Amino acid sequence: MSAIPLFAMGVATLGAELAAKRVSSVELAGAMLDRLQAHASLGTALSMDREATLAQARAADARRASGQATALTGVPVAHKDIFVTRFATSRLPSTAGSKMLIGYQSPFDATVIARLNEAGTVTLAKLNCDEFAMGSANENSAFSPVLNPWDRSRVPGGSSGGSAAAVAARLVPAATGTDTGGSIRQPASFCGVTGIKPTYGVCSRYGMIAFASSLDQAGPMARSAEDCALLLSAMSGFDERDATSAERPPQNFHAQMLAPREGATAARPLQGLRIGLPKEFFPAALAADVEGAVRGALRELEKLGASLVDVSLPRTELSIPVYYIIAPAEASSNLGRFDGVKFGHRAAQYGDLLDMYKKTRAEGFGPEVKRRIMIGTYVLSHGYYDAYYVQAQKLRRMIADDFQACFKACDVIAGPVAPTVAWKLGEQGGDPLRAYLADIFTLPASLAGLPGLSVPAGSGAHGMPVGLQLIGNYFEEGRLLHTAHAFQQATDFHLTEPVL
Amino acid sequence: MALTLTDVSRIAHLARLELSSAEQATMLEQLGGFFDIVERMGAVDTRGVEPLYTPLSAVQAVALRLREDRVTETDDRAANQASAPAVEGGLFLVPKVLE
Repeated sequence: MSAIPLFAMGVATLGAELAAKRVSSVELAGAMLDRLQAHASLGTALSMDREATLAQARAADARRASGQATALTGVPVAHKDIFVTRFATSRLPSTAGSKMLIGYQSPFDATVIARLNEAGTVTLAKLNCDEFAMGSANENSAFSPVLNPWDRSRVPGGSSGGSAAAVAARLVPAATGTDTGGSIRQPASFCGVTGIKPTYGVCSRYGMIAFASSLDQAGPMARSAEDCALLLSAMSGFDERDATSAERPPQNFHAQMLAPREGATAARPLQGLRIGLPKEFFPAALAADVEGAVRGALRELEKLGASLVDVSLPRTELSIPVYYIIAPAEASSNLGRFDGVKFGHRAAQYGDLLDMYKKTRAEGFGPEVKRRIMIGTYVLSHGYYDAYYVQAQKLRRMIADDFQACFKACDVIAGPVAPTVAWKLGEQGGDPLRAYLADIFTLPASLAGLPGLSVPAGSGAHGMPVGLQLIGNYFEEGRLLHTAHAFQQATDFHLTEPVL
Repeated sequence: MALTLTDVSRIAHLARLELSSAEQATMLEQLGGFFDIVERMGAVDTRGVEPLYTPLSAVQAVALRLREDRVTETDDRAANQASAPAVEGGLFLVPKVLE
Protein backbone atom coordinates (compact mmCIF):
# COMPACT_ATOMS: atom_id res chain seq x y z
CA MET A 1 0.00 0.00 0.00
CA SER A 2 1.15 3.51 -0.75
CA ALA A 3 1.44 6.20 1.88
CA ILE A 4 -1.34 8.39 0.47
CA PRO A 5 -4.91 7.10 0.74
CA LEU A 6 -6.52 5.59 -2.35
CA PHE A 7 -9.29 8.17 -2.48
CA ALA A 8 -6.70 10.95 -2.84
CA MET A 9 -5.48 9.51 -6.16
CA GLY A 10 -6.71 10.48 -9.60
CA VAL A 11 -7.14 8.36 -12.70
CA ALA A 12 -3.53 8.46 -13.98
CA THR A 13 -2.07 7.69 -10.53
CA LEU A 14 -4.52 4.86 -9.91
CA GLY A 15 -3.70 3.42 -13.32
CA ALA A 16 -0.02 3.35 -12.33
CA GLU A 17 -0.78 1.85 -8.90
CA LEU A 18 -2.90 -0.87 -10.51
CA ALA A 19 -0.25 -1.56 -13.15
CA ALA A 20 2.43 -1.88 -10.47
CA LYS A 21 0.09 -4.24 -8.57
CA ARG A 22 0.33 -2.10 -5.45
CA VAL A 23 -3.45 -2.26 -5.25
CA SER A 24 -6.08 -4.51 -6.81
CA SER A 25 -9.18 -3.27 -8.54
CA VAL A 26 -11.37 -5.16 -6.03
CA GLU A 27 -9.62 -3.52 -3.09
CA LEU A 28 -9.93 -0.11 -4.74
CA ALA A 29 -13.60 -0.54 -5.67
CA GLY A 30 -14.47 -1.69 -2.14
CA ALA A 31 -12.74 1.31 -0.57
CA MET A 32 -14.44 3.78 -2.92
CA LEU A 33 -17.90 2.21 -2.41
CA ASP A 34 -17.43 2.57 1.37
CA ARG A 35 -16.41 6.18 0.96
CA LEU A 36 -19.40 6.98 -1.29
CA GLN A 37 -21.71 5.44 1.30
CA ALA A 38 -20.04 7.24 4.21
CA HIS A 39 -20.69 10.57 2.49
CA ALA A 40 -24.15 9.81 1.13
CA SER A 41 -25.43 12.98 2.82
CA LEU A 42 -23.90 15.04 -0.02
CA GLY A 43 -26.60 13.57 -2.26
CA THR A 44 -24.27 12.68 -5.13
CA ALA A 45 -25.25 9.03 -5.77
CA LEU A 46 -28.73 8.02 -6.93
CA SER A 47 -28.06 4.28 -7.07
CA MET A 48 -25.31 1.75 -6.34
CA ASP A 49 -25.02 -2.02 -6.83
CA ARG A 50 -22.14 -3.24 -4.69
CA GLU A 51 -22.13 -6.82 -6.00
CA ALA A 52 -22.09 -5.76 -9.65
CA THR A 53 -19.31 -3.25 -8.97
CA LEU A 54 -17.17 -5.89 -7.27
CA ALA A 55 -17.85 -8.37 -10.09
CA GLN A 56 -16.66 -5.76 -12.60
CA ALA A 57 -13.56 -5.17 -10.45
CA ARG A 58 -12.80 -8.90 -10.30
CA ALA A 59 -13.06 -9.05 -14.09
CA ALA A 60 -10.65 -6.10 -14.33
CA ASP A 61 -8.15 -7.85 -12.06
CA ALA A 62 -8.43 -11.02 -14.15
CA ARG A 63 -7.90 -9.02 -17.34
CA ARG A 64 -4.79 -7.43 -15.86
CA ALA A 65 -3.48 -10.85 -14.78
CA SER A 66 -3.86 -12.03 -18.38
CA GLY A 67 -1.86 -9.05 -19.65
CA GLN A 68 -4.78 -7.37 -21.45
CA ALA A 69 -5.12 -4.24 -19.32
CA THR A 70 -5.54 -0.71 -20.73
CA ALA A 71 -4.59 2.52 -18.91
CA LEU A 72 -8.12 2.54 -17.45
CA THR A 73 -8.61 -1.12 -16.54
CA GLY A 74 -9.73 -1.37 -12.93
CA VAL A 75 -10.11 2.39 -12.47
CA PRO A 76 -13.40 3.16 -10.70
CA VAL A 77 -15.68 5.83 -12.16
CA ALA A 78 -19.30 6.89 -11.76
CA HIS A 79 -21.82 7.99 -14.35
CA LYS A 80 -24.23 10.86 -14.54
CA ASP A 81 -27.68 9.29 -14.46
CA ILE A 82 -28.47 10.74 -17.87
CA PHE A 83 -26.61 7.83 -19.51
CA VAL A 84 -28.61 4.63 -19.73
CA THR A 85 -26.91 1.57 -18.28
CA ARG A 86 -28.00 -2.00 -19.01
CA PHE A 87 -30.06 -3.16 -16.04
CA ALA A 88 -29.22 -6.83 -16.58
CA THR A 89 -25.51 -6.03 -15.98
CA SER A 90 -25.84 -3.83 -12.90
CA ARG A 91 -29.12 -3.28 -11.12
CA LEU A 92 -28.88 0.47 -11.57
CA PRO A 93 -32.01 2.24 -12.83
CA SER A 94 -31.59 4.97 -15.46
CA THR A 95 -33.69 7.90 -14.26
CA ALA A 96 -32.43 11.21 -15.74
CA GLY A 97 -33.16 12.62 -12.28
CA SER A 98 -36.87 12.43 -13.08
CA LYS A 99 -39.90 10.97 -11.38
CA MET A 100 -40.94 10.03 -14.92
CA LEU A 101 -38.22 7.35 -15.01
CA ILE A 102 -38.15 6.03 -11.43
CA GLY A 103 -36.90 2.45 -11.59
CA TYR A 104 -36.45 2.50 -15.39
CA GLN A 105 -34.56 -0.60 -16.50
CA SER A 106 -32.57 0.10 -19.63
CA PRO A 107 -32.17 -2.85 -22.01
CA PHE A 108 -28.81 -1.48 -23.27
CA ASP A 109 -25.76 0.62 -22.42
CA ALA A 110 -25.12 4.10 -23.82
CA THR A 111 -22.16 4.06 -26.24
CA VAL A 112 -20.06 6.19 -23.85
CA ILE A 113 -20.72 3.67 -21.06
CA ALA A 114 -20.06 0.67 -23.31
CA ARG A 115 -16.71 2.15 -24.41
CA LEU A 116 -15.59 2.86 -20.85
CA ASN A 117 -16.65 -0.66 -19.86
CA GLU A 118 -14.63 -2.05 -22.77
CA ALA A 119 -11.59 -0.12 -21.52
CA GLY A 120 -12.12 -1.81 -18.15
CA THR A 121 -13.41 0.97 -15.91
CA VAL A 122 -15.47 -0.12 -12.92
CA THR A 123 -18.85 1.56 -12.31
CA LEU A 124 -19.36 2.73 -8.71
CA ALA A 125 -22.71 4.52 -8.99
CA LYS A 126 -25.17 6.50 -11.04
CA LEU A 127 -24.92 10.16 -10.09
CA ASN A 128 -27.53 12.77 -9.32
CA CYS A 129 -28.33 15.51 -11.86
CA ASP A 130 -30.96 18.06 -12.73
CA GLU A 131 -34.11 16.48 -14.18
CA PHE A 132 -33.39 15.66 -17.86
CA ALA A 133 -30.19 17.75 -17.43
CA MET A 134 -32.24 20.96 -17.23
CA GLY A 135 -30.77 23.24 -14.61
CA SER A 136 -27.70 25.05 -13.34
CA ALA A 137 -27.78 24.12 -9.65
CA ASN A 138 -28.89 20.49 -9.37
CA GLU A 139 -31.95 21.79 -7.49
CA ASN A 140 -34.20 20.41 -10.23
CA SER A 141 -33.45 16.76 -9.41
CA ALA A 142 -36.70 14.96 -8.58
CA PHE A 143 -34.86 12.99 -5.88
CA SER A 144 -32.71 15.32 -3.81
CA PRO A 145 -30.50 18.34 -4.17
CA VAL A 146 -26.72 17.82 -4.20
CA LEU A 147 -24.65 19.76 -1.66
CA ASN A 148 -21.43 21.51 -2.61
CA PRO A 149 -18.65 19.78 -0.64
CA TRP A 150 -16.85 23.13 -0.16
CA ASP A 151 -19.88 24.55 1.65
CA ARG A 152 -22.94 22.39 2.20
CA SER A 153 -25.24 25.39 2.19
CA ARG A 154 -24.32 26.04 -1.45
CA VAL A 155 -25.27 24.39 -4.75
CA PRO A 156 -22.74 22.31 -6.73
CA GLY A 157 -23.88 23.77 -10.05
CA GLY A 158 -25.66 21.78 -12.70
CA SER A 159 -26.81 19.90 -14.43
CA SER A 160 -23.88 17.51 -13.79
CA GLY A 161 -23.88 18.54 -10.11
CA GLY A 162 -23.62 15.02 -8.69
CA SER A 163 -20.60 14.30 -10.90
CA ALA A 164 -18.80 17.53 -9.94
CA ALA A 165 -19.50 17.20 -6.21
CA ALA A 166 -18.48 13.52 -6.11
CA VAL A 167 -15.16 14.24 -7.86
CA ALA A 168 -14.48 17.32 -5.69
CA ALA A 169 -15.20 15.40 -2.47
CA ARG A 170 -12.87 12.61 -3.65
CA LEU A 171 -15.75 10.11 -3.53
CA VAL A 172 -14.93 9.00 -7.08
CA PRO A 173 -11.70 9.51 -9.05
CA ALA A 174 -13.64 10.71 -12.09
CA ALA A 175 -17.14 10.85 -13.52
CA THR A 176 -18.97 11.26 -16.78
CA GLY A 177 -21.06 14.37 -17.38
CA THR A 178 -23.03 15.97 -20.17
CA ASP A 179 -23.09 19.56 -21.30
CA THR A 180 -25.93 21.15 -23.29
CA GLY A 181 -25.44 24.79 -22.28
CA GLY A 182 -22.66 24.52 -19.70
CA SER A 183 -23.62 21.47 -17.62
CA ILE A 184 -20.05 20.13 -17.40
CA ARG A 185 -18.12 23.41 -17.25
CA GLN A 186 -20.27 25.29 -14.73
CA PRO A 187 -20.45 22.57 -12.01
CA ALA A 188 -16.74 21.89 -12.59
CA SER A 189 -16.12 25.57 -11.85
CA PHE A 190 -18.43 25.63 -8.80
CA CYS A 191 -16.81 22.52 -7.28
CA GLY A 192 -13.17 23.09 -8.27
CA VAL A 193 -12.71 20.16 -10.65
CA THR A 194 -11.57 19.89 -14.28
CA GLY A 195 -14.19 19.15 -16.94
CA ILE A 196 -14.23 19.24 -20.72
CA LYS A 197 -17.12 19.42 -23.16
CA PRO A 198 -15.69 18.26 -26.47
CA THR A 199 -16.70 19.47 -29.92
CA TYR A 200 -20.26 18.50 -30.81
CA GLY A 201 -20.11 15.05 -32.39
CA VAL A 202 -16.93 13.81 -30.65
CA CYS A 203 -18.79 11.63 -28.12
CA SER A 204 -21.76 9.56 -29.20
CA ARG A 205 -25.18 10.66 -28.00
CA TYR A 206 -26.54 7.12 -28.32
CA GLY A 207 -28.04 6.19 -24.95
CA MET A 208 -27.76 9.68 -23.50
CA ILE A 209 -31.31 10.53 -22.48
CA ALA A 210 -32.00 13.35 -24.93
CA PHE A 211 -32.53 16.96 -23.89
CA ALA A 212 -31.52 19.13 -26.88
CA SER A 213 -30.08 16.98 -29.62
CA SER A 214 -28.15 19.66 -31.52
CA LEU A 215 -26.36 20.75 -28.32
CA ASP A 216 -25.97 17.69 -26.04
CA GLN A 217 -22.38 16.45 -25.64
CA ALA A 218 -20.80 14.03 -23.15
CA GLY A 219 -17.46 14.62 -21.49
CA PRO A 220 -15.32 13.66 -18.50
CA MET A 221 -15.04 15.41 -15.14
CA ALA A 222 -11.96 14.65 -13.09
CA ARG A 223 -9.21 16.15 -10.94
CA SER A 224 -6.84 17.12 -13.72
CA ALA A 225 -6.60 17.73 -17.45
CA GLU A 226 -4.50 14.59 -17.69
CA ASP A 227 -7.24 12.45 -16.13
CA CYS A 228 -9.80 14.03 -18.47
CA ALA A 229 -7.57 13.28 -21.47
CA LEU A 230 -7.31 9.60 -20.53
CA LEU A 231 -11.08 9.27 -20.12
CA LEU A 232 -12.00 11.28 -23.21
CA SER A 233 -9.82 9.08 -25.42
CA ALA A 234 -11.82 6.04 -24.28
CA MET A 235 -15.28 7.69 -24.34
CA SER A 236 -15.11 9.35 -27.74
CA GLY A 237 -15.04 8.26 -31.37
CA PHE A 238 -17.34 7.72 -34.31
CA ASP A 239 -20.54 5.80 -33.64
CA GLU A 240 -22.85 4.86 -36.49
CA ARG A 241 -25.75 4.76 -34.00
CA ASP A 242 -25.58 8.55 -33.58
CA ALA A 243 -26.63 10.33 -36.79
CA THR A 244 -24.55 13.41 -35.88
CA SER A 245 -21.43 11.56 -34.70
CA ALA A 246 -18.30 13.11 -36.26
CA GLU A 247 -16.64 10.74 -38.75
CA ARG A 248 -12.98 10.76 -37.79
CA PRO A 249 -10.39 8.25 -36.58
CA PRO A 250 -9.99 7.50 -32.83
CA GLN A 251 -8.04 10.21 -31.01
CA ASN A 252 -5.32 9.87 -28.38
CA PHE A 253 -6.02 13.01 -26.38
CA HIS A 254 -3.38 12.12 -23.81
CA ALA A 255 -0.65 12.12 -26.47
CA GLN A 256 -2.06 15.39 -27.88
CA MET A 257 -1.98 16.90 -24.39
CA LEU A 258 1.69 15.93 -23.94
CA ALA A 259 2.92 16.96 -27.39
CA PRO A 260 5.18 20.01 -26.95
CA ARG A 261 4.45 23.22 -28.83
CA GLU A 262 6.96 24.37 -31.40
CA GLY A 263 9.44 26.72 -29.71
CA ALA A 264 8.39 25.68 -26.22
CA THR A 265 10.86 25.34 -23.37
CA ALA A 266 10.48 23.68 -19.97
CA ALA A 267 9.85 27.06 -18.36
CA ARG A 268 7.64 28.35 -21.19
CA PRO A 269 5.54 25.40 -22.42
CA LEU A 270 2.89 27.75 -23.86
CA GLN A 271 5.37 29.83 -25.88
CA GLY A 272 3.60 31.41 -28.83
CA LEU A 273 0.05 30.52 -27.71
CA ARG A 274 -2.32 33.44 -28.36
CA ILE A 275 -5.16 33.57 -25.83
CA GLY A 276 -8.13 35.72 -26.84
CA LEU A 277 -10.10 37.57 -24.17
CA PRO A 278 -13.58 38.54 -25.40
CA LYS A 279 -14.40 41.87 -23.82
CA GLU A 280 -18.02 40.71 -23.40
CA PHE A 281 -16.76 38.00 -20.99
CA PHE A 282 -15.56 40.69 -18.56
CA PRO A 283 -18.66 42.89 -18.10
CA ALA A 284 -19.29 45.21 -15.16
CA ALA A 285 -21.67 42.58 -13.74
CA LEU A 286 -18.87 40.01 -13.38
CA ALA A 287 -18.26 39.40 -9.66
CA ALA A 288 -14.97 40.95 -8.51
CA ASP A 289 -13.78 37.74 -6.80
CA VAL A 290 -14.35 35.71 -9.96
CA GLU A 291 -12.62 38.30 -12.14
CA GLY A 292 -9.69 38.40 -9.70
CA ALA A 293 -9.15 34.64 -9.86
CA VAL A 294 -9.54 34.56 -13.64
CA ARG A 295 -7.09 37.46 -14.17
CA GLY A 296 -4.63 35.72 -11.83
CA ALA A 297 -4.85 32.54 -13.89
CA LEU A 298 -4.32 34.53 -17.09
CA ARG A 299 -1.13 36.09 -15.61
CA GLU A 300 0.06 32.57 -14.85
CA LEU A 301 -0.59 31.52 -18.46
CA GLU A 302 1.42 34.56 -19.62
CA LYS A 303 4.33 33.47 -17.43
CA LEU A 304 4.14 30.10 -19.17
CA GLY A 305 4.70 31.81 -22.53
CA ALA A 306 1.18 32.64 -23.72
CA SER A 307 0.23 36.10 -24.95
CA LEU A 308 -3.13 37.74 -24.32
CA VAL A 309 -5.06 39.45 -27.11
CA ASP A 310 -8.34 41.35 -27.03
CA VAL A 311 -11.16 39.87 -29.10
CA SER A 312 -14.92 40.35 -29.25
CA LEU A 313 -17.97 38.10 -29.18
CA PRO A 314 -20.56 40.82 -29.72
CA ARG A 315 -23.59 38.53 -29.43
CA THR A 316 -22.70 37.04 -26.03
CA GLU A 317 -25.80 38.48 -24.30
CA LEU A 318 -28.07 37.41 -27.13
CA SER A 319 -26.88 33.83 -26.67
CA ILE A 320 -29.24 33.63 -23.66
CA PRO A 321 -32.53 34.02 -25.57
CA VAL A 322 -31.10 32.12 -28.56
CA TYR A 323 -30.21 29.13 -26.37
CA TYR A 324 -33.40 29.28 -24.33
CA ILE A 325 -35.43 29.14 -27.57
CA ILE A 326 -33.48 26.38 -29.33
CA ALA A 327 -32.89 24.05 -26.37
CA PRO A 328 -36.54 24.04 -25.18
CA ALA A 329 -37.74 23.62 -28.78
CA GLU A 330 -35.66 20.47 -29.13
CA ALA A 331 -36.58 19.35 -25.59
CA SER A 332 -40.32 19.68 -26.20
CA SER A 333 -39.90 17.40 -29.19
CA ASN A 334 -37.59 14.88 -27.48
CA LEU A 335 -39.76 14.65 -24.37
CA GLY A 336 -42.84 13.86 -26.44
CA ARG A 337 -41.87 10.20 -26.04
CA PHE A 338 -42.89 10.25 -22.38
CA ASP A 339 -46.55 9.42 -22.81
CA GLY A 340 -47.08 6.68 -20.23
CA VAL A 341 -47.26 3.93 -22.86
CA LYS A 342 -43.91 2.30 -23.60
CA PHE A 343 -41.90 3.14 -20.50
CA GLY A 344 -41.88 5.37 -17.46
CA HIS A 345 -44.57 6.74 -15.23
CA ARG A 346 -48.30 6.44 -15.98
CA ALA A 347 -50.96 8.28 -13.97
CA ALA A 348 -53.06 6.01 -11.77
CA GLN A 349 -56.37 7.78 -12.54
CA TYR A 350 -57.41 8.98 -15.99
CA GLY A 351 -60.30 9.07 -18.44
CA ASP A 352 -59.51 8.68 -22.13
CA LEU A 353 -56.14 8.42 -23.90
CA LEU A 354 -55.64 12.20 -24.13
CA ASP A 355 -56.39 12.54 -20.44
CA MET A 356 -53.90 9.77 -19.69
CA TYR A 357 -51.16 11.64 -21.59
CA LYS A 358 -51.89 14.93 -19.85
CA LYS A 359 -52.10 13.53 -16.32
CA THR A 360 -49.09 11.26 -16.80
CA ARG A 361 -46.93 14.15 -17.98
CA ALA A 362 -48.29 16.52 -15.32
CA GLU A 363 -47.32 14.04 -12.60
CA GLY A 364 -44.04 12.80 -14.06
CA PHE A 365 -42.32 16.09 -14.98
CA GLY A 366 -41.07 18.70 -12.53
CA PRO A 367 -41.67 22.46 -12.84
CA GLU A 368 -38.52 23.36 -14.82
CA VAL A 369 -39.08 20.58 -17.36
CA LYS A 370 -42.71 21.70 -17.79
CA ARG A 371 -41.58 25.30 -18.30
CA ARG A 372 -39.16 24.30 -21.04
CA ILE A 373 -41.72 22.05 -22.73
CA MET A 374 -44.14 24.99 -22.72
CA ILE A 375 -41.54 27.40 -24.17
CA GLY A 376 -40.53 24.86 -26.81
CA THR A 377 -44.09 24.03 -27.81
CA TYR A 378 -44.92 27.72 -28.10
CA VAL A 379 -41.93 28.74 -30.25
CA LEU A 380 -42.51 25.82 -32.62
CA SER A 381 -46.24 26.48 -32.94
CA HIS A 382 -47.95 27.92 -36.01
CA GLY A 383 -47.43 31.65 -36.35
CA TYR A 384 -44.43 31.89 -34.02
CA TYR A 385 -41.95 29.49 -35.65
CA ASP A 386 -40.27 32.09 -37.91
CA ALA A 387 -40.18 34.91 -35.36
CA TYR A 388 -38.67 32.80 -32.60
CA TYR A 389 -37.22 29.46 -33.69
CA VAL A 390 -35.85 30.37 -37.14
CA GLN A 391 -34.62 33.77 -35.92
CA ALA A 392 -32.77 32.02 -33.06
CA GLN A 393 -31.14 29.57 -35.48
CA LYS A 394 -29.99 32.47 -37.69
CA LEU A 395 -28.49 34.20 -34.69
CA ARG A 396 -26.82 30.93 -33.81
CA ARG A 397 -25.04 31.05 -37.18
CA MET A 398 -23.91 34.63 -36.44
CA ILE A 399 -22.59 33.54 -33.02
CA ALA A 400 -20.63 30.69 -34.64
CA ASP A 401 -19.24 33.15 -37.24
CA ASP A 402 -18.18 35.54 -34.46
CA PHE A 403 -16.04 32.75 -32.98
CA GLN A 404 -14.37 32.10 -36.35
CA ALA A 405 -13.52 35.80 -36.58
CA CYS A 406 -11.90 35.58 -33.10
CA PHE A 407 -9.88 32.50 -34.04
CA LYS A 408 -8.17 34.53 -36.78
CA ALA A 409 -6.52 36.52 -33.98
CA CYS A 410 -6.06 33.85 -31.29
CA ASP A 411 -5.63 30.10 -30.76
CA VAL A 412 -7.71 29.70 -27.62
CA ILE A 413 -10.38 31.89 -26.01
CA ALA A 414 -10.40 32.36 -22.23
CA GLY A 415 -12.71 33.88 -19.66
CA PRO A 416 -14.82 33.06 -16.63
CA VAL A 417 -17.17 30.06 -16.61
CA ALA A 418 -19.88 31.77 -14.57
CA PRO A 419 -20.42 35.35 -13.33
CA THR A 420 -20.28 34.33 -9.63
CA VAL A 421 -19.13 31.51 -7.35
CA ALA A 422 -21.69 28.86 -6.32
CA TRP A 423 -24.79 30.42 -4.78
CA LYS A 424 -26.75 29.25 -1.75
CA LEU A 425 -29.34 26.50 -2.06
CA GLY A 426 -32.75 28.09 -2.64
CA GLU A 427 -31.22 31.54 -3.10
CA GLN A 428 -32.76 32.06 -6.53
CA GLY A 429 -36.20 31.77 -4.96
CA GLY A 430 -37.66 29.79 -7.82
CA ASP A 431 -37.01 32.55 -10.36
CA PRO A 432 -35.92 30.55 -13.41
CA LEU A 433 -34.78 33.65 -15.29
CA ARG A 434 -31.97 34.32 -12.79
CA ALA A 435 -30.48 30.90 -13.45
CA TYR A 436 -30.81 31.37 -17.22
CA LEU A 437 -28.92 34.69 -17.08
CA ALA A 438 -26.06 33.08 -15.11
CA ASP A 439 -25.40 30.73 -18.06
CA ILE A 440 -24.16 33.65 -20.19
CA PHE A 441 -20.49 32.60 -20.56
CA THR A 442 -21.05 28.91 -21.32
CA LEU A 443 -23.89 29.25 -23.84
CA PRO A 444 -21.95 30.78 -26.79
CA ALA A 445 -19.57 27.80 -27.19
CA SER A 446 -22.49 25.37 -26.81
CA LEU A 447 -24.47 27.07 -29.55
CA ALA A 448 -21.46 27.03 -31.87
CA GLY A 449 -20.65 23.39 -30.96
CA LEU A 450 -17.11 24.30 -29.89
CA PRO A 451 -15.06 22.46 -27.23
CA GLY A 452 -14.86 24.13 -23.81
CA LEU A 453 -13.00 23.28 -20.64
CA SER A 454 -13.13 24.48 -17.06
CA VAL A 455 -9.92 24.37 -15.06
CA PRO A 456 -9.66 25.27 -11.34
CA ALA A 457 -8.18 28.79 -11.05
CA GLY A 458 -8.24 29.42 -7.32
CA SER A 459 -10.98 30.62 -5.05
CA GLY A 460 -13.25 33.61 -4.67
CA ALA A 461 -15.48 34.81 -1.84
CA HIS A 462 -16.10 32.38 1.06
CA GLY A 463 -13.29 30.14 -0.22
CA MET A 464 -15.48 28.88 -3.06
CA PRO A 465 -13.73 27.57 -6.20
CA VAL A 466 -13.52 29.57 -9.43
CA GLY A 467 -12.94 27.99 -12.83
CA LEU A 468 -11.17 29.43 -15.86
CA GLN A 469 -12.96 28.62 -19.10
CA LEU A 470 -10.92 27.78 -22.19
CA ILE A 471 -12.68 27.52 -25.55
CA GLY A 472 -10.99 26.07 -28.62
CA ASN A 473 -11.82 25.85 -32.29
CA TYR A 474 -13.56 22.73 -33.63
CA PHE A 475 -11.78 19.47 -32.72
CA GLU A 476 -9.04 21.26 -30.78
CA GLU A 477 -9.60 19.37 -27.54
CA GLY A 478 -5.89 18.48 -27.58
CA ARG A 479 -4.88 22.14 -27.49
CA LEU A 480 -7.28 22.87 -24.61
CA LEU A 481 -5.99 19.91 -22.63
CA HIS A 482 -2.38 20.86 -23.38
CA THR A 483 -2.98 24.40 -22.12
CA ALA A 484 -4.81 23.22 -18.99
CA HIS A 485 -2.14 20.60 -18.30
CA ALA A 486 0.65 23.18 -18.55
CA PHE A 487 -1.32 25.38 -16.13
CA GLN A 488 -1.76 22.48 -13.70
CA GLN A 489 1.95 21.61 -13.85
CA ALA A 490 2.65 25.15 -12.62
CA THR A 491 -0.21 25.58 -10.12
CA ASP A 492 -1.85 23.51 -7.39
CA PHE A 493 -5.44 24.81 -7.44
CA HIS A 494 -6.64 21.45 -8.77
CA LEU A 495 -5.00 19.64 -5.86
CA THR A 496 -6.85 21.46 -3.08
CA GLU A 497 -9.59 19.40 -1.45
CA PRO A 498 -12.63 20.35 0.61
CA VAL A 499 -12.67 19.24 4.25
CA LEU A 500 -15.56 16.79 4.58
CA MET B 1 -46.75 40.83 -27.76
CA ALA B 2 -47.85 39.73 -24.29
CA LEU B 3 -48.96 36.17 -23.56
CA THR B 4 -52.39 35.61 -22.04
CA LEU B 5 -53.87 32.86 -19.87
CA THR B 6 -55.70 31.64 -22.98
CA ASP B 7 -52.33 31.21 -24.74
CA VAL B 8 -50.92 29.28 -21.76
CA SER B 9 -53.92 26.99 -21.73
CA ARG B 10 -53.65 26.39 -25.49
CA ILE B 11 -49.90 25.65 -25.33
CA ALA B 12 -50.40 23.28 -22.38
CA HIS B 13 -52.99 21.41 -24.43
CA LEU B 14 -50.61 21.16 -27.42
CA ALA B 15 -47.85 19.95 -25.06
CA ARG B 16 -50.21 17.39 -23.47
CA LEU B 17 -49.67 18.81 -19.99
CA GLU B 18 -52.46 19.18 -17.47
CA LEU B 19 -51.86 22.41 -15.54
CA SER B 20 -53.98 23.61 -12.62
CA SER B 21 -55.18 27.21 -12.77
CA ALA B 22 -52.59 28.16 -10.14
CA GLU B 23 -49.85 26.55 -12.25
CA GLN B 24 -51.12 28.36 -15.32
CA ALA B 25 -50.94 31.71 -13.53
CA THR B 26 -47.35 31.07 -12.36
CA MET B 27 -46.40 29.87 -15.83
CA LEU B 28 -47.86 33.01 -17.40
CA GLU B 29 -45.78 35.24 -15.13
CA GLN B 30 -42.55 33.28 -15.69
CA LEU B 31 -42.97 32.97 -19.44
CA GLY B 32 -43.79 36.68 -19.62
CA GLY B 33 -40.47 37.57 -17.96
CA PHE B 34 -38.63 35.22 -20.27
CA PHE B 35 -40.18 36.53 -23.47
CA ASP B 36 -39.22 40.09 -22.51
CA ILE B 37 -35.62 38.96 -23.06
CA VAL B 38 -36.50 37.01 -26.18
CA GLU B 39 -37.95 40.09 -27.85
CA ARG B 40 -34.40 41.53 -28.06
CA MET B 41 -33.64 38.93 -30.74
CA GLY B 42 -36.11 40.61 -33.08
CA ALA B 43 -33.99 43.77 -33.23
CA VAL B 44 -31.15 41.98 -35.07
CA ASP B 45 -31.19 42.10 -38.85
CA THR B 46 -30.73 38.48 -39.95
CA ARG B 47 -31.76 38.86 -43.57
CA GLY B 48 -29.71 36.56 -45.75
CA VAL B 49 -28.32 34.54 -42.81
CA GLU B 50 -28.71 30.78 -43.10
CA PRO B 51 -30.09 29.13 -39.92
CA LEU B 52 -27.53 26.88 -38.16
CA TYR B 53 -29.56 23.80 -37.30
CA THR B 54 -26.59 21.56 -36.50
CA PRO B 55 -23.34 23.10 -35.28
CA LEU B 56 -20.70 21.36 -37.38
CA SER B 57 -22.32 22.70 -40.53
CA ALA B 58 -20.83 26.07 -39.51
CA VAL B 59 -17.46 24.87 -40.83
CA GLN B 60 -18.02 21.75 -42.93
CA ALA B 61 -20.57 20.14 -45.20
CA VAL B 62 -22.76 17.84 -43.11
CA ALA B 63 -24.62 15.16 -45.00
CA LEU B 64 -27.23 12.86 -43.56
CA ARG B 65 -25.75 9.42 -43.26
CA LEU B 66 -27.77 6.39 -44.29
CA ARG B 67 -26.89 3.05 -42.81
CA GLU B 68 -26.82 -0.17 -44.74
CA ASP B 69 -30.24 -1.83 -44.72
CA ARG B 70 -29.53 -4.95 -42.70
CA VAL B 71 -30.62 -6.48 -39.40
CA THR B 72 -28.49 -5.17 -36.54
CA GLU B 73 -30.67 -5.73 -33.48
CA THR B 74 -32.08 -8.94 -32.12
CA ASP B 75 -35.58 -9.17 -30.67
CA ASP B 76 -35.61 -8.83 -26.90
CA ARG B 77 -39.22 -8.03 -26.15
CA ALA B 78 -39.06 -8.95 -22.45
CA ALA B 79 -36.17 -6.57 -21.74
CA ASN B 80 -37.65 -3.84 -23.92
CA GLN B 81 -41.03 -4.04 -22.16
CA ALA B 82 -39.63 -4.44 -18.65
CA SER B 83 -40.39 -0.81 -17.79
CA ALA B 84 -43.73 -0.49 -19.59
CA PRO B 85 -46.64 0.61 -17.36
CA ALA B 86 -49.15 -1.89 -18.80
CA VAL B 87 -48.38 -4.91 -20.97
CA GLU B 88 -50.39 -8.00 -21.88
CA GLY B 89 -49.27 -10.83 -24.12
CA GLY B 90 -46.31 -8.77 -25.34
CA LEU B 91 -48.55 -5.83 -26.30
CA PHE B 92 -48.64 -2.34 -24.81
CA LEU B 93 -52.02 -1.51 -23.27
CA VAL B 94 -53.68 1.90 -23.68
CA PRO B 95 -57.21 3.12 -22.91
CA LYS B 96 -59.82 2.22 -25.51
CA VAL B 97 -59.58 4.61 -28.48
CA LEU B 98 -62.28 3.13 -30.76
CA GLU B 99 -65.86 2.36 -29.75
